[in-house]
Amino acid sequence: MFNIERWQEIFEAISKNKLRTFLTGVSVASGIFILVILLGAGKGIQNGIQNQFAQDATNRISIWPGNTSKEYKGLGIGRETKLKNRDYEIVTQKFEDYIDNKSAIYSVWSGNIVFGKETGTYRVEGVNPNYQFIENASIVEGRFINLSDIENYEKAAVIGKKVATDLFKEKNKPLGQSINISGMMYKVVGVFTDPGGEREEQRVFIPLSTAQKAYSAGDNIRSMAFTMPKETNFNKAVAESKKFTEELGKVLKKRHMIAPDDESALFINNSLEEAKKIYQMTDIIQAFFWFVGILTIIAGVVGVGNIMLIVVKERTKEIGIRKALGASPASIIAMILQESIFITLISGFMGLILGLLVWAGIGPSVESDFFSHPEVDFNIALTTVILLTVAGAFAGFIPAYKAAKIKPIVALRDE
Amino acid sequence: MIEIKDLHKSYKTGKSELHVLKGINFSVKEGELVAIMGSSGSGKSTLLNILGILDEADSGTYVLDGVPIKNLNETLASQYRNKFLGFVFQSFNLINYKSALDNVALPLYYQGIKSKERNEIAMSYLKKVGLETHSHHLPNELSGGQKQRVAIARAMASHPKVLLADEPTGALDTKTSYEVMELIQGINDEGKTILIVTHEPDIAAMCKRNVILRDGLIVEDKYITQQRVTANV
Repeated sequence: MFNIERWQEIFEAISKNKLRTFLTGVSVASGIFILVILLGAGKGIQNGIQNQFAQDATNRISIWPGNTSKEYKGLGIGRETKLKNRDYEIVTQKFEDYIDNKSAIYSVWSGNIVFGKETGTYRVEGVNPNYQFIENASIVEGRFINLSDIENYEKAAVIGKKVATDLFKEKNKPLGQSINISGMMYKVVGVFTDPGGEREEQRVFIPLSTAQKAYSAGDNIRSMAFTMPKETNFNKAVAESKKFTEELGKVLKKRHMIAPDDESALFINNSLEEAKKIYQMTDIIQAFFWFVGILTIIAGVVGVGNIMLIVVKERTKEIGIRKALGASPASIIAMILQESIFITLISGFMGLILGLLVWAGIGPSVESDFFSHPEVDFNIALTTVILLTVAGAFAGFIPAYKAAKIKPIVALRDE
Repeated sequence: MIEIKDLHKSYKTGKSELHVLKGINFSVKEGELVAIMGSSGSGKSTLLNILGILDEADSGTYVLDGVPIKNLNETLASQYRNKFLGFVFQSFNLINYKSALDNVALPLYYQGIKSKERNEIAMSYLKKVGLETHSHHLPNELSGGQKQRVAIARAMASHPKVLLADEPTGALDTKTSYEVMELIQGINDEGKTILIVTHEPDIAAMCKRNVILRDGLIVEDKYITQQRVTANV
């Protein structure tokens, strides 16, 4: 393999037969290139979808009311379910063991917020301190709603980063400023960021108690949200949360006189179950891209084998001459194989690098809600190049072996 | 140098069998210049291929320089070809992407000689055939006669015991043929054993011995007075 004389011989053959080298190289390089593009796209879609669902804690359980669609115990259809503080208290007491973070929520739909000359409409939600973890929000500066805010009906507001940039621009620091939310003045105590992106950062949180009082909601709540303690086993976590949501549904439906099979009077969303579906979906997408990629590689290998066959055919006479001049069969096989391995490896790397460059170049510009960070695991790509080279060598071996078997007399016979 | 006894060879073509060589007895001493003649189908090329270890006889013995050539595997056969034999073909059989110098150096490559030495030896043989000025030309930049001279230089480069030429002048015009024959005579004068297959009487007359084949048998084997090319031109 490391015989310099032989390499010189091979380089000469390669450089003097440019078209042949080019054709072999292109088929290999394009195979690897396509694979890298496919794997990158698969990864991008996977990342994008996961980002979409990373906006909330993955084990979030939300409950919000609707209208009855079934008669129950003499009560009619179309009754509105009204959740109260009491519901929240009962549920949190009864299911204490299941619950990690908990919050009742009273949303002020489209709160109009004013600061100086700036004004905007944002979602305003009255929440409990724990809600930060349910939302997966992290504090950029200041703090989140705390227990004393709730107890003292403080007019404190935690605003999303987008809200902060909208209202305060660059010039003002948000912390400590007073903002007007639907006619009432609040003090900004914190700014948060959310992995869900801008859409999730266009919200403002205020204490639940303040919201109910300020907007005359009495003890009404709009919804409840919980997270469950983390489980290491994903399937066990899904099973636990399913059990919890079922029990939860039973208790609340009983309290509100809702038929047990009425699906529209009370909505319970279990994000973990959703997450499971998402993970399965992204797995399928990944598997699909791998499937297509591997087929591409197989096509590449067949292509290389095919070209090798033609190369041997084309070189039959040369091989005959070489054999007449004293080339052993082993040296003929080595010559052809080494040449094919060399070309496959070099062009494979070129395809790999080209593919990575394309993603590096267009990656940022194709970034969108459902597509992000289209990266390719370099090791996987490298393994594929080596795999292709080995497979190409095998594909090349058969024609090489045939070539070595050619009787010089047959090869040299005049056409 | 060459000892052949009762050599038989037949080819199978479909169902019928073609008996090409029907018991050849033939020996060549060192320094001879032999023309093997015969009409097409007489078996002369087959005989040359067997002599060149490019093909194998069905039965009979072949001893080359004291080494019995029998049941060789491909690797050994290629070694013997490299060590004992030099080939010159009617269609030159130069490798078309290699320069004249590299073509001549190729058998030396298979002897494991390093490139610097290889090129020196190859150059000396190119000089011998008068083509040192064309050493970096590709075969398609050379005339027929020049190509054959490169091929002869290549056949000589590995320093073989026997030079085998299959219709070396078959693709050349008369003047060029004579030039090539002059070269072959010169090489023979230096003591090299040379066998030439030809059907041209004037070429055969320039050899020292004529062997005539007909239907797979030697019908005539005679030593002649060599005609020197220089006298003809």
